[in-house]
Amino acid sequence: MAATTPQKVGWSVANIVTIVLVLIPLVWIISLSFKTTGSITDPTYFPTHWTWSNYSGILTTSTFLRPLLNSVGIGAIATFIAVVLASMAAYAVARLNFPGKAVLIGVSLLIAMFPAIALATPLFNIERALGLFNTWPGLIIPYVATGLPLGIYTLSAFFREIPWELEKAAKVDGATPFQAFVRVIAPLAAPGMVTTAILVFLFCWNEFLLAITLTATTASRTAPAALSFFTGSSQFAVPTGSISAAAVVITIPIIIFVLFFQRRIVAGLTSGAVKG
Amino acid sequence: MTTVTPPATAQQPTTGRHGRARLSEGARAERRLGWLLCAPAVIVMVAVTAYPIGYAIYVSLQRYILSAPQLTKFVGFSNYGAILSSPFWWHALLVTVIITVVSVAIEFVLGMCLALLMYRTIWGKGGIRTTILIPYGIVTVAAAFSWLYAWTPSTGYLSALFNNSAPLTSQPKAIAIIILAEVWKTTAFMALLLMAGLSLVPEDLLKAAKVDGATAWQRFTRVILPLMKPAILVALLFRTLDAFRIFDNIFILTQGNNGTGSVSILNYDNLFTGLNFGLGSAMSVLILICVAIIAILFIKGFGTAAPGTSLQR
Repeated sequence: MAATTPQKVGWSVANIVTIVLVLIPLVWIISLSFKTTGSITDPTYFPTHWTWSNYSGILTTSTFLRPLLNSVGIGAIATFIAVVLASMAAYAVARLNFPGKAVLIGVSLLIAMFPAIALATPLFNIERALGLFNTWPGLIIPYVATGLPLGIYTLSAFFREIPWELEKAAKVDGATPFQAFVRVIAPLAAPGMVTTAILVFLFCWNEFLLAITLTATTASRTAPAALSFFTGSSQFAVPTGSISAAAVVITIPIIIFVLFFQRRIVAGLTSGAVKG
Repeated sequence: MTTVTPPATAQQPTTGRHGRARLSEGARAERRLGWLLCAPAVIVMVAVTAYPIGYAIYVSLQRYILSAPQLTKFVGFSNYGAILSSPFWWHALLVTVIITVVSVAIEFVLGMCLALLMYRTIWGKGGIRTTILIPYGIVTVAAAFSWLYAWTPSTGYLSALFNNSAPLTSQPKAIAIIILAEVWKTTAFMALLLMAGLSLVPEDLLKAAKVDGATAWQRFTRVILPLMKPAILVALLFRTLDAFRIFDNIFILTQGNNGTGSVSILNYDNLFTGLNFGLGSAMSVLILICVAIIAILFIKGFGTAAPGTSLQR
């Protein structure tokens, strides 16, 4: 149906208002990162004096570069492991019949609802005892465990969409269930796996509570945790500018990442809710 | 959207009803494969959650302060007693409940508006969806810093708008700011879930309603909302559970000072500042119980379909 002009204007206004409101805090932190130390206390929205020194300051200190590396590495490894394990489990849940299926789903749902703080205390104790505290595996393992329910849930929704006939045809051709999985289903599920990988990676990158409780030094501290303990590029500088620059550095790549993959992200987040 | 016929395995074992029927080779292989495939995931999940929780319950029954380990001894439920009789706990619980209820309510209304916008807007659909996803992509901590500096007197533009009154140090205003930060960040998530539910409403029903003379508001409340009920409940369940566990925003904005601490913040303080593991563990268990109560309330009380259980329509 053709839209009337008042309707068009109405939607346009709604669109523009939404976009502006969403972007205000983002533009603010970017502008803060460009303000000189002297002008940081001006309550103006846009900087009156521009400088790159905040960025050069943080990008040359290891107290920030190392956490960035930690975030990328820990996130990538945890995502990879989580997607592999979740694919296997999701396939089994969506396609195979075996007792205990409902229990598995129930348990993983329960785990997804766990307050991270309930895990922080015991994990801190356990990891200290095992020597995992302040190490990469010390964060990777909890991240995998928390990312698995999300992964299983998303992937089983994707797997359910793949036509059953393909698998039957493969079996008729003499393939074992495992061969059917590897050669027929996995290639078709690849988009779903990519989406799940994106969601899990975003979760790991963003994660804060476990990151600050299970790490103590830059050996394994991730970027969000490092940000909150930041004291600035020199010990005398008020760190507002540095923190803003650091915040922008850890955020902008992720935003570009999200925008690039937004279709997949939307599909992944909504697949489960729609199909139930 | 094709509906997938549920997999009909030819050899459906009838165990339990007429006594053990023999499983065929294919069904047995399938079962083995099923358990095998799930095993690694289950092992990791159980190892990281079940064992620590069991350990937490065990520690919560002891007096165990890290800075005085020689005083460790079994004290039964006295940690729980100490927490439940402490005004700090009830205050934190109240703050958490207020933040949860208010932010979820606001996010629901705004999310619904955004969902309608994303779904029906006439131009710029892709652009709007993209923009709305941005808060989801921003690291929570980074966004929290953005708000922190915005509201800090003499540094922030928002603070200047309100006469530099340091709102983060006054309890009701600080809580309002925390809610604002939460809402800004996660409304997008709520909007996405609601939009998925919105796409399930058949277009013809709406057209029929329009032909019958229903106003836009009536179409919304009588046709769209009831059909969206399952999706709405799922979205509300997820968001409420998430909101109850709020930590990141409060930690950055106020560190829980001036009476703005949530239960998670209180737990963190007791654990890492007070190094009181016994008390910290007991609190973790209590928080877990609260979360379980919320989940049960939603699933049994409101009839939310637990996601993953096949709701055959």
